[in-house]
Amino acid sequence: MDFDLNKMQRLLKETARQFLSRQCKPERVRRLMETDTAYDAALWQAIADQGWTGLIVPESHGGLGAGIVELAVVAEEMGRACVPGPFLSTIFATALQPQHLEKIAAGEIKATVAILEQTANWDLESIRLKPSRDGEAFLLSGTKLFVPDADVADVLFCVARSADGLVVVAVERGAAGLTIDPMRSMDETRKLYRVTFDGVRGEALRNADIVSAMNVATVALCAEMVGGMQWILDATVEYAKTRQQFGRPIGSFQAVQHQCADMVLLTESARSATYYAAWALTQNAPGAQLAVSVAKSYCSDAYREVANRGIQLHGGIGFTWEHDLQLYYKRAKSSETLFGDSTFHRERIASFVVDESPPAAGQLTNERAAVAAR
Amino acid sequence: MDLNLTPSEQKFRDDFRAWLKPNVPALWVGAVTSENRDDHNAYLRKWQRTLFEGGWAGISWPKQYGGRGATLMEQAIFQEDLALADAPHLIGTIGLSLVGPTIIALGTEEQKRRYLPPILAGDEIWCQGFSEPNAGSDLASVGSKAIRDGEDFIVNGQKIWTSFAQMADFCLSLVRTDFESPKHKGITCLLVDMRTPGISVRPLRQMSGDSGFNEVFFSNVRVPLTQVLGQVNSGWSTAMTALMNERANLGTGIQVLFKRNLSALIARSRTVDRNGQPASSDPVVRQKLAQAYLELEILRLNTNRALTSLSKSGTPGAEGSIQKLYWSEMNQRTQQIAQEILGPYGQLSDFDNGSWQYGYLRTRGNTIEAGTSEIQRNIIAERVLGLPKSY
Repeated sequence: MDFDLNKMQRLLKETARQFLSRQCKPERVRRLMETDTAYDAALWQAIADQGWTGLIVPESHGGLGAGIVELAVVAEEMGRACVPGPFLSTIFATALQPQHLEKIAAGEIKATVAILEQTANWDLESIRLKPSRDGEAFLLSGTKLFVPDADVADVLFCVARSADGLVVVAVERGAAGLTIDPMRSMDETRKLYRVTFDGVRGEALRNADIVSAMNVATVALCAEMVGGMQWILDATVEYAKTRQQFGRPIGSFQAVQHQCADMVLLTESARSATYYAAWALTQNAPGAQLAVSVAKSYCSDAYREVANRGIQLHGGIGFTWEHDLQLYYKRAKSSETLFGDSTFHRERIASFVVDESPPAAGQLTNERAAVAAR
Repeated sequence: MDLNLTPSEQKFRDDFRAWLKPNVPALWVGAVTSENRDDHNAYLRKWQRTLFEGGWAGISWPKQYGGRGATLMEQAIFQEDLALADAPHLIGTIGLSLVGPTIIALGTEEQKRRYLPPILAGDEIWCQGFSEPNAGSDLASVGSKAIRDGEDFIVNGQKIWTSFAQMADFCLSLVRTDFESPKHKGITCLLVDMRTPGISVRPLRQMSGDSGFNEVFFSNVRVPLTQVLGQVNSGWSTAMTALMNERANLGTGIQVLFKRNLSALIARSRTVDRNGQPASSDPVVRQKLAQAYLELEILRLNTNRALTSLSKSGTPGAEGSIQKLYWSEMNQRTQQIAQEILGPYGQLSDFDNGSWQYGYLRTRGNTIEAGTSEIQRNIIAERVLGLPKSY
């Protein structure tokens, strides 16, 4: 057993860190968050040039064909740099294995996935948007909420409920009847949108496994969260070593030290849970779904807590607009709710470990798993 | 990253499981409190002897001293499978997880030959004479005196919270041998025979009702110079080696015991009533059980990561403090959840053999023994994060 990154994975991590420290400095993050979409074509092209838009796209479709652990490695560094833009949304989209894979991998098009409706419930069972058939195509009418990056996506994958179950319908940018409005939110590095469909025509994806794709996206998000925690921890420890009060560095006080120690414990535990989930997905291990919920539940609470402590230990400066901590604090909140918060995932864990007849491996009782158009 | 067992790890597991099946004592029920301590100890010593004779003692210890010469990962598999098989716990835990590894790291050839095999065979039980009434978290303040007299030290002083002292054959003792130098530099570690004249042991009763630890008094106890482990006056680093081994080793075995405990709690939640329904269908109870489950799962994962790192570096480091901090606080939270779910029943002495009552009381000690949570946080802050010393 070897629960550590291998040489290639370490190299990838180092490459990603160096790349982002050049390409996505905090000043750029701040410039982008002031914009309507937080999207920067040059940054996106640079990410695509690294091959990361096609990180988990099979080589046969022009991607790198990397595994979920490698995805977690890159996502961790993305989260550490608090990279704005549609990376996570695009990864989610590629996990649906759409016909658009080559173009997404090449960085030519960006994508996102629309799930939530007015109930704001991540349980796919709650999806109500009902498409009607128009020959081979579907017509969508209804509203999706909290859709990340919708205004920059060239293609939007809408999860809807047909008579035969869930379908994922691809809608092209600018399609007739499609309206995209911003939902202004606290994390301005990840913009959210209300997407209204008024008889919008789209094609259903073949063999799209929304449950699996959401697991992949959730693990990538957890990895981003781990990276964010690591940034806060590093910044806070550095500050505690240099900031002087009472004639000594505040990091020499146990009241400060012990909070830093707790931040280590939270960050490392989140990392263990996330990389295990990534590995379990790669292996298609029987407990993979459970591992994803363990990771998301823990990371959701841990990132918020690490961010709380980070601000507290920085004192007044940590509460300012000027300090970058606020970016991570807000990212912690938006990440906490995305794909289900800790309460949501704990109930899912309970369905596996408390109920006497848990759902079959990789399936949930309250969700229909892989659903596809014909 | 590959979390599958390697072929040789898998073979180790298969072999051990095959051996365990016919060898685990059948009638063991895992009683935590036994009225008859002597019978209990004799039973556990016999179990250690059985393991030793089967070639399953000292998994990662060198072969020439009776060990199996296997990897740390295999040592962890061994501990996990012992617990999965509901096997009796290991009586010589101080010798096995703390004294033995320290003798392997720092002992003379003669000490290794003399002391390691009897630990593995269950013939000699060790205790750890570190804490004193005035040297708890501030361990470097040990005041038990050892004065040189020819080829011996003469030891006077008192130890406290000494687990297993009432049955131990030897004691790994920290004593002061230099009274002028800074306190960390005047300590020596001695291997003390508990049958030496001048040693007396007085059991201390714990709030859980049992007497796991003791006071040990040294009155003119003569200890030969050959019994120094490491160098005279460098006992502090010997002690650190011992403590880091203890922290690194503790996490691997207990997680399976925790798992068994949580499974029992989940099973109970299906029979305990809450508002006319099984507690297991109550949304609040489900949240709490799920939280206990995920925290335990993360203990397992953290442990596997720590083992990987230990396997590569060879020596346990300050990261063991993260493990110790995590499992001790987690275990207390889980016992608290158990009490909430069981309600008035949780406090009873005869409900589930009093195991919930015992667990609730006993885990209170988890954040104190083997270094308090405060000391673990100090260590993480200073040794992992490099923050300035606070004292």
